[in-house]
Amino acid sequence: MTTMLIADAPVDVDAEGFLTDATQWNERLANAIARENGIDELTDRHWLVVHFMRERYLATGNAPSIRSLGKESGVPIKELYQLFPKGPAKLAAKIGGIPKPKGCI
Amino acid sequence: MTELLEHSASPTTAPETIEKVAIVISKGSLEGVYPGLIMANGARMEGVDADLFFTFFGLDAIRKDRYEKIKVATVGNPGMHLPTWLGALPGFSALATLMMKRQMEKIDIPPIPEFIELVADSGAHLYACKATVDMFGLTIDDFVPQVDDIISVGEFYEKAAGGQIIFT
Repeated sequence: MTTMLIADAPVDVDAEGFLTDATQWNERLANAIARENGIDELTDRHWLVVHFMRERYLATGNAPSIRSLGKESGVPIKELYQLFPKGPAKLAAKIGGIPKPKGCI
Repeated sequence: MTELLEHSASPTTAPETIEKVAIVISKGSLEGVYPGLIMANGARMEGVDADLFFTFFGLDAIRKDRYEKIKVATVGNPGMHLPTWLGALPGFSALATLMMKRQMEKIDIPPIPEFIELVADSGAHLYACKATVDMFGLTIDDFVPQVDDIISVGEFYEKAAGGQIIFT
């Protein structure tokens, strides 16, 4: 774990840049991480997914699977991949300031 | 706005990553079909391109009339740790399938029809093997709408070029 400066704020991240302490997150940070990962602007649809991921993680201790993301976030699978081409669950977790999802699905 | 000011301890050369996979599904049992689907979905989740090529009894996973009825092989499957005669009892395969499906649902692995839709929606392409399709006397209409095309082995290799091929 290392400390990194994102959007002027020092945060703890793992080797891949995922926040290790979800409480250090804020929306300004999310915008900076998104830009760093090829998403120039977070739309309302992006935010819907990011908030869903984050809330689910904070409530259960686990990031949701791609299956439940598609079923329950309000954003269908096809659109998830349009919003986050390099992997919706992984990228939304990173932007949402939660650890990288561990599940296989 | 200041963004990433400091990239700490990142190696100078990033490790080589897999950009593309072509997965062959050749078996028609539940335990024969799932690994390929899980690997294809897992690839897309990592932003890796994925093509799926269904051949021989693997075609059952994309056949309209069969893909809801894929069963666990309880005979000739040493992994079941059962006497062969027991696995051969009527209804035993159905029971084993039901139990396995329950376990899978618990860890959020979808049933095969939903899984096929999931991998297709995630951008993976699905192909049926021409030789097997001809052998079984099938047409594109026998397959679920997520199937992109019926292609030859040669076309499969063309599509797989530059990626990794995984045979299951």
